[in-house]
Amino acid sequence: MIKATINNVEIEALEGTSILWAAKKAGFTIPTLCNHPDLKPGGQCGICVVEIEGIPGLKRACMTPVGEGFKVKTHTPRIMATRRQLVELILSNHDTDCLTCVKNNNCELQQLASIVGINVHDYSRSGERLPIDRSSVSIVRDPNKCILCGRCIQVCSNVQTVDALAVNHRGFDTVITTAFDAGLGNSVCINCGQCVVHCPVGALYEKSATEEVWEALHDPDKFVVVQEAPAVRVMLGEEFGMPTGSLVSGKMHAALRRLGFDAVLETNFTADLTIMEEGTELIDRLTSGRNLPLITSCSPGWIKFMETYFHDMIPHMSTAKSPQQMFGALAKTYYAEVKGIDPGKIVSVSIMPCTAKKFECQRPEMNASGYRDVDYVLTTREIGRMMREAGLDVKEMPDEPPDDILGDYTGAATIFGATGGVMEAAVRSAYRLVTGKELENVEIKPVRGLQGIKEAEIDIDGTRVKVAVAHSCGQARKLLNKVQDQITKEGKSEYQFIEVMACPGGCVGGGGQSWGSNMAKRARRGESLYEEDRSLPLRRSHENPSVLALYEKFLEKPNSEKAHKLLHTHYYKRSTVDGKIKPAS
Amino acid sequence: MNREAILKKFEPNLSNILYIMHDLQDNNPERYLAKEDIEACGDYLNVPYSYVHSVASFYTMFSLKPRGRNIIRLCESPPCHLMGADSLIDYLKGSLKVDIGGTTKDGMFTLELTSCLGVCGVAPAMMLNEEMFGNLTPEKVDSILDKRRKEI
Repeated sequence: MIKATINNVEIEALEGTSILWAAKKAGFTIPTLCNHPDLKPGGQCGICVVEIEGIPGLKRACMTPVGEGFKVKTHTPRIMATRRQLVELILSNHDTDCLTCVKNNNCELQQLASIVGINVHDYSRSGERLPIDRSSVSIVRDPNKCILCGRCIQVCSNVQTVDALAVNHRGFDTVITTAFDAGLGNSVCINCGQCVVHCPVGALYEKSATEEVWEALHDPDKFVVVQEAPAVRVMLGEEFGMPTGSLVSGKMHAALRRLGFDAVLETNFTADLTIMEEGTELIDRLTSGRNLPLITSCSPGWIKFMETYFHDMIPHMSTAKSPQQMFGALAKTYYAEVKGIDPGKIVSVSIMPCTAKKFECQRPEMNASGYRDVDYVLTTREIGRMMREAGLDVKEMPDEPPDDILGDYTGAATIFGATGGVMEAAVRSAYRLVTGKELENVEIKPVRGLQGIKEAEIDIDGTRVKVAVAHSCGQARKLLNKVQDQITKEGKSEYQFIEVMACPGGCVGGGGQSWGSNMAKRARRGESLYEEDRSLPLRRSHENPSVLALYEKFLEKPNSEKAHKLLHTHYYKRSTVDGKIKPAS
Repeated sequence: MNREAILKKFEPNLSNILYIMHDLQDNNPERYLAKEDIEACGDYLNVPYSYVHSVASFYTMFSLKPRGRNIIRLCESPPCHLMGADSLIDYLKGSLKVDIGGTTKDGMFTLELTSCLGVCGVAPAMMLNEEMFGNLTPEKVDSILDKRRKEI
């Protein structure tokens, strides 16, 4: 242990602890702008400077480990003046149109300006205005608000290994942009939105669809259906000041109904359906021994990543669509048919913890119903804004169930939102499909949690199935490299089934979550999903009565011809230059 | 020389990125790093294109836009400035009918500014491609550029 003092308070810290964290533990929060608990400190902003007795100059607290006998001061007049000037200089090159900014009230720069006491603009706005990048269907990038902290690059390059963004030019002309300055929509960006949730200011945000959804809700000729992803029920409460991870399934249904949706349905329903289709696919592959391991396909960020960097693995991908797109295909066919509604009048909206879902729903192949299967995707943040606009507070809502016939769900569906959840849900049902018996203990703990790559060996009545779970594209890249290596060298991989989610933590850590997130919050949300799973009477997808009715009345059986047409898809090779589909050679 | 031949002159180590980019740029008839050059460099070194683009945009010696066959780099550091570089800039802009960074209509010259060339003893100075010229006057600049026109 290292002994030091911070503002005359004696502290002990483990070797290597930064002054920033040691000070926080001692009760002194040093302001910072570029530092993020989940990322390596980069020391770009310089706001966290401190004085250390006997060491000349100011030191950045995030980058400086506590040394033996250090006497640190965190807010001397010199430090406070320096911080104030640094913030003023950042503001001199930042659009301060806070009232109309998507980040208003959630902006770390806004909070910082208030903390360090900025009350005048000493520097006028300098630099020319740059065009806003609207080329992506998921993410908008406004370089006029960018403060060059580099968090987006760190998460894109180091965590996701996508490398869509980089620092370009230098000095006053420095900008963060994509290769060839082509814009996110013409780059390798996978739309995961991790840059969005790590941006401290309003330089990166989702491409909003709230106006279009309001219009549909107010159009008496339209029948607007809504589905909500598993992870949204443990995020939406945060939009209304509830503790992180509050489970609000019933309140969410109630608020959506009051917002004016004609039918409040569930992505969880089609999560159960995904298990039926993907589980059947798994059994087929295990029986034939072909194209193992089977790899899950629910995460649209992961899909684009795979299409760009691992398209050799396309034959291994599950052809099952994501729950969002299965729902879309059924809403305008089965649902319309049973309810006697003209599918042309149905507007299909989904509430997602995800920005990549906005990309997924506009993929040209996602028109199985004869219409665009999902019309609009709203992130948790966007639906939070709409509810506030309508004067609805999720905290105050009663608990209401979803509507039939695409509303029932089991515990297996709800855990889709956490990393490892799809795997666990699939095993619960695969066991039944193979053995005809029910898995007694449905909780498969080794695939839960936030470790990088999780592995487990599952005994399905004598058949041993080795599975792996990766969350974040960086981990997926590691795992897939290993699998490819095994296939090349030994002819087969040690794994039979792999789950990949593009975002760290799974969907509870998606690019559409509430602002100001970190891994601890992602973990809390995941735990809440497991709590809901435990609380539900049915915990296996194949027990969902509405899913069984769907097969009986409409789809016949899993992987039937009709199921294939509506619920399965195919993948493309994409260019590493612009992320576009490569013409078949 | 084609791109492949240029790349093969170097080991595929990231430490060679600047040499490779210089060679690619010099061999591009429009004296810049085209999209294809950046792609070739990224593929060869196994680094993302965003990274190669970032490096290319950082150094003023690389251009991401097509340029003329000859690059004029006029020094704008204080000694040259004091010795009349400013009026030379105006003179060149007028006689070539271009702005800073622009290329003449015939594609012969691109006019650029540079930081200190290290020949302050003969200020004001400029480089024409790889060659250094000092003690410049409008007349001297004219004769240098005329000579270059005739050489081509």
